[in-house]
Amino acid sequence: MPTHKTFQVKAKLLRNQRVAEKHYKMTLASSRLAKQAKPGQFVEVKVSEGPEPLLRRPFGVHRVSGSNFEILYEIVGIGTQLLSQKKPGASLDIIGPLGNGFTLSTTHHTAHILVAGGMGVAPLLFLAEKLKKQKPLVLIGAKTKRHILREKEFKQLGCSVKISTDDGSAGFPGKVTELLQDILQGHSPWKDNPCALYACGPRPMLKEIALIAKSHKIPAQISLEAHLACGIGACLGCVVNTKQGYKRVCKEGPVFEAQEIIW
Amino acid sequence: MNPNLEVKIGRLKFKNPVTVASGTFGYAEEFKDFINLKKLGAIFTKTITLKPRLGNPPPRTCETPAGMLNSIGLENPGIEGFIKEKLPFLKKIGVPIIVSIASEAGADEFMVLARRLDKIKEVAAIELNISCPNIKEKKTKRLISQDADATYDLVKSVRKVTKKMLITKLSPHVPDITEIACAAEKAGSDAVSLINTFPALSIDIETHRPQLATVTGGLSGPAIRPIAVRMVWEVYQKVKIPIIGIGGIIDASSALEFFLAGATAISIGMANFINPAASTEILEGVKKYLIKNKIKDIRMLTGALKT
Repeated sequence: MPTHKTFQVKAKLLRNQRVAEKHYKMTLASSRLAKQAKPGQFVEVKVSEGPEPLLRRPFGVHRVSGSNFEILYEIVGIGTQLLSQKKPGASLDIIGPLGNGFTLSTTHHTAHILVAGGMGVAPLLFLAEKLKKQKPLVLIGAKTKRHILREKEFKQLGCSVKISTDDGSAGFPGKVTELLQDILQGHSPWKDNPCALYACGPRPMLKEIALIAKSHKIPAQISLEAHLACGIGACLGCVVNTKQGYKRVCKEGPVFEAQEIIW
Repeated sequence: MNPNLEVKIGRLKFKNPVTVASGTFGYAEEFKDFINLKKLGAIFTKTITLKPRLGNPPPRTCETPAGMLNSIGLENPGIEGFIKEKLPFLKKIGVPIIVSIASEAGADEFMVLARRLDKIKEVAAIELNISCPNIKEKKTKRLISQDADATYDLVKSVRKVTKKMLITKLSPHVPDITEIACAAEKAGSDAVSLINTFPALSIDIETHRPQLATVTGGLSGPAIRPIAVRMVWEVYQKVKIPIIGIGGIIDASSALEFFLAGATAISIGMANFINPAASTEILEGVKKYLIKNKIKDIRMLTGALKT
């Protein structure tokens, strides 16, 4: 067995299910990838045989089970549109596992809070699985009730799940970051406990998370999204500004310490 | 029958004509998990400057039809950082290492860089990047390779301070690229590589903002290939020095077009981003084509275009 940590593989598509309005979950077979992937890492998928689109599309590893792994995606453009049309049995050209994932603090007295905004649930389910013994609290923020993703799956892992919706159609009315503030300030069991934050979602949300974490003096790891060209650290296209200068989202990230980023 | 793949660029021998273009292959280490680096004809490093460069603010890339824009801004650790951190790995590969260099300050800095590299045995050649659209000469606000006289002067100056093979990389953003190629040849360049990227703009219609932080960037990929092939063909008719063809090569057939137009060797650029194994796969494809068509020597294809 080759010892390379990252590799290129033709993975067989096992399932490509629609899980919400424009959201799909794809199951792919690769025992090597399933074995080596860590929460927060991602794969680069070639979505077309032809030249359109040319570049691969990055997806966080959503879940691993046995020799298979899953990705969760939303149709946002031509790449994900093409991906949604793939049928079981197809073979997909994949590079992975890529990037630095979450650092798992396994201290038992720490309360783990996972904060997902929209598609941010994708890498956090895999993380929740690894942290399930510590019963993490999962906050899922969505536009409306219809946009809530993976609530059931987090609950099945034994996580406590709290929902927020922008329009108030389910759970806490407002932003998921406001829900987090509430929890950290309110009379909840989470108050005054040593806790660790893990977040994935749109940048404005992650910036807010960084501010909240700072004011409460709690560590926070955030997973950034960026447009990638190569995904393997060669092109320097995906950099983010940090206190130590530009860093590559695809290589040093996508998971960073929230306080490291210059927002 | 195994066809001959060896080509010569000046005094330098490449065991095959498939190389990787500067800026698209990092410092090779990034690709070590995906291909056998020893199989490459040569490796062009990311462009190195005298002092470390932070590069341009993000976003630095965006996808466009059959291509992409980039405005990395030559982020690199500077010549000393390169020698200390990047060269040790490159040295061990065992293929010609061609170090790409650039400067905003003109000939003096190019000369300092060339002198420094001249002393390093494992550096096979120097590529003069005088055509990056994302950095312009401070004094003139333009690219050196947009002016035949400036190109001549620059190449001539560097020629004086190094015995290493010199390869001059040309910009397509000129009315007549053959004038620039001839100037480089006359000044002592051992080869020319063409083309660098085209200045281009892509706009987000929702925000009315450019897709790149620097507004414009360089267009690469299959979108520019027919222009690159045309330019290689034009230059081939005007110069005697070898041409390294670059521009949207993503498979063996696109590579072969460049040989037919007049290239002695080719560089894989954006395709490295799409498929990290593109370079070695293209090499295999070229080999297959030669065998299938009973062509004994890759050099027989160079400039074989029938008009």
